[in-house]
Amino acid sequence: MQKYMRWSAILAVLVLVLAACQNGGGGTDPSPGDNGNGNGNGDGGAAEQCDADEFGCVEVAEGEPIILGTALVISGPNSTLGLDTQYGAQVAAELRNEEGGVLGRQIEFDFQDDGCSAEGGTAAARALVSNPQVVAVIGTSCSSAGVPAAEITSEAGYTMVSPSNTAPSLTAEDTHQPFYARTAHNDSVQGAAMAEYACTELGAESAATIHDGSPYAEQLQQVFADEFQEQCGGTITVQEAITVGQTDFSALLESIGADAPDLLYYPIFVAEAALVTQQAAQTPGLENTQLAGADAAFTQDFVDAAGGTAEGMIMSGPDLEFAGSFYEETFKPKYTEISGEAQPIQVFHAHAFDAVNIVLAAIEEVGIEEGGTLYIPRTALRDAVLGTSGHEGITGTLTCTETGDCADPAISVSEVQDGEFVRIWP
Amino acid sequence: MRFLRPPERITGGWVVMTLLKIVVALFVLVGSWLTISNGYYSYSNWQAFFVNGLALGAVYALIALGYTLVYGILFMINFAHGEVFMSGAFTAFFTATWMADLGMIEANPWLALFITLLTAMLTSMSVAIILERVAYRPLRGAPRLVPLITAIGASLFLQYTFRGLYGAGVRAYPNFGLFEGSITLGFFTIPTNRAVVIVAALFLMLALYVFVEKTRTGRSMRAVSEDKDVAAMMGINVDRVIVTTFAIGGLLAGAAGILYVQIFNQVHYFMGFLPGIKAFTSAVLGGIGNIVGAMLGGFSLGILESVGPQLLLRGFEIPSPNQLKDVIAFTVLVLVLIFRPTGFLGRKENV
Repeated sequence: MQKYMRWSAILAVLVLVLAACQNGGGGTDPSPGDNGNGNGNGDGGAAEQCDADEFGCVEVAEGEPIILGTALVISGPNSTLGLDTQYGAQVAAELRNEEGGVLGRQIEFDFQDDGCSAEGGTAAARALVSNPQVVAVIGTSCSSAGVPAAEITSEAGYTMVSPSNTAPSLTAEDTHQPFYARTAHNDSVQGAAMAEYACTELGAESAATIHDGSPYAEQLQQVFADEFQEQCGGTITVQEAITVGQTDFSALLESIGADAPDLLYYPIFVAEAALVTQQAAQTPGLENTQLAGADAAFTQDFVDAAGGTAEGMIMSGPDLEFAGSFYEETFKPKYTEISGEAQPIQVFHAHAFDAVNIVLAAIEEVGIEEGGTLYIPRTALRDAVLGTSGHEGITGTLTCTETGDCADPAISVSEVQDGEFVRIWP
Repeated sequence: MRFLRPPERITGGWVVMTLLKIVVALFVLVGSWLTISNGYYSYSNWQAFFVNGLALGAVYALIALGYTLVYGILFMINFAHGEVFMSGAFTAFFTATWMADLGMIEANPWLALFITLLTAMLTSMSVAIILERVAYRPLRGAPRLVPLITAIGASLFLQYTFRGLYGAGVRAYPNFGLFEGSITLGFFTIPTNRAVVIVAALFLMLALYVFVEKTRTGRSMRAVSEDKDVAAMMGINVDRVIVTTFAIGGLLAGAAGILYVQIFNQVHYFMGFLPGIKAFTSAVLGGIGNIVGAMLGGFSLGILESVGPQLLLRGFEIPSPNQLKDVIAFTVLVLVLIFRPTGFLGRKENV
């Protein structure tokens, strides 16, 4: 009996190991030979193009939906960021579905949670690339999740367009991934904007920063620090760091307050930002210091969590002044219909809307309809997305660079007045 | 120098240990001297660090008492105790927001605080008792690893139950406006809310100490922790004593929850995890199973975390020393366990 149990245990372990080692690749097998031809449809038959494409094609039969994966932070203290983005994507899909879908097919989603962490991003990306019907991915929310997720999706040939990754390294020449693009601004713009505001409007001469070790926060405060020193010769008194999940910042703020900087810039996420704001209010050395945050905490959740202590705090973030009646008359009511929220809960929903529309436009461009089945070559799709030029979205006119920056960036600075965000600059 | 006296035979192990002691001592001394001589922080800074550490340590100590009491009686670590603390804090949030909506906080803040305290402590107590009944009692005779795993499972269960009930976001605890500003006593200036936390925690610890030493139930608890079977033979209802122990641990954790939100004003379903681990560390530091040890361990850990990074690391010009405060706390734990495995005041245990 014991021998039998031992052998069946060994067998079970072997089976599990084999299952785990399954290659979670794309749709059809990648074929050897030249890369995908990336031209529009009509160039030769579908079979030919799919074979020539390095990552093959997604095959969507008649009546089947086109599936877009999402990897956004939909749980935890930053869930407003991810949910807001998801709703924006859903609005884009719904509006298109009402018009008949893309090439006659409805758009559906495979929602995943990126947890705003590297582990979450890895898990979400793996889940999506193991589904061969997923055409492209809208994600991730946080740059910390984006770094590993972009690598996984690029290795599998899945195009990923992020509506809210802002860390500069994700589209830098030497560190970007080939199948990655984003419709959110690059933080090199945001950091510079905050530095400009600090220099010109606040007249600040010294500043301190706090980041939380994530790629987003760390890179953004570094851009700010560099620009602040360059633009007006300001001094950076100290660049401190915290860990995500930390609650006690009193010692940290005391030590920052010892230098009494004019500005304290902490581009960190909701939970920690709220605590820092509350505790800064109780720190004697920071009485005359202007507190400033960035788009990671640009949500009503943050203001609520900080209680009344966020009054007078400034935040940099994407400029939400969307011109045009489309946003007010069509987008917002649809958003409310899908989400149940009276107002958008964060600032990246518009970027998600534009991201989805860029992908759908690319699908229309490269998809090959043959014999009732729609074939979407993966590399051609990526090329079409990165080739987007002059696309009129609600965040502006989008043109993608080779390394994946598609945004038409406009950063504004807002102030918390009476518990609401009010745009004050430019 | 008693701890540097060489043994009869100089073994490689002894050499390594002594080297380690010297390195640690040097690090602490050099780091502190560099920081103080460079004058990075003023007296009021150090005072603030110390007081914050004391307040946080008070919270850790209250939670650590729960761990130590349960270990003393059942020889098991109740890993779900951090969640008992969290449930107290969440109940405080829930009650306080409800009363804020009714306008009671403006009308009579002290009464509101009292009600919040009561409900939080009662809820924590109930959660602890239910835990004992459902998760631990059926496993009384099982090998020691089993209740440990169950405790972890119970901890996850509680976390996600509260997440389901209250959502995954961070919720702000309404400010009662009772403890604003600061008090000055001679040289010391302490923010009022921190002072209240320290005093309240000390009061509760004193009450517990008196309870365990002087009352009959306390005596039964001590008897059961010394030898369960003999205590049963002497006519003590062991089950009831165990339930009482969990209940007291729960009450203290509930109080810790309220005190915690006075300082941090935030509740979150995952908030019990890190304080739980820190409190467990404090209990081990002070000697697990020892009540005074848990109190000492809690305060020490709080002060170490608060003062340590500034004192030890700033002198070495290490950037962002605050990121390493957990490293310091847990390194101290490791060192104490290496050099004094039973903790500061630990008792000898026959394993």
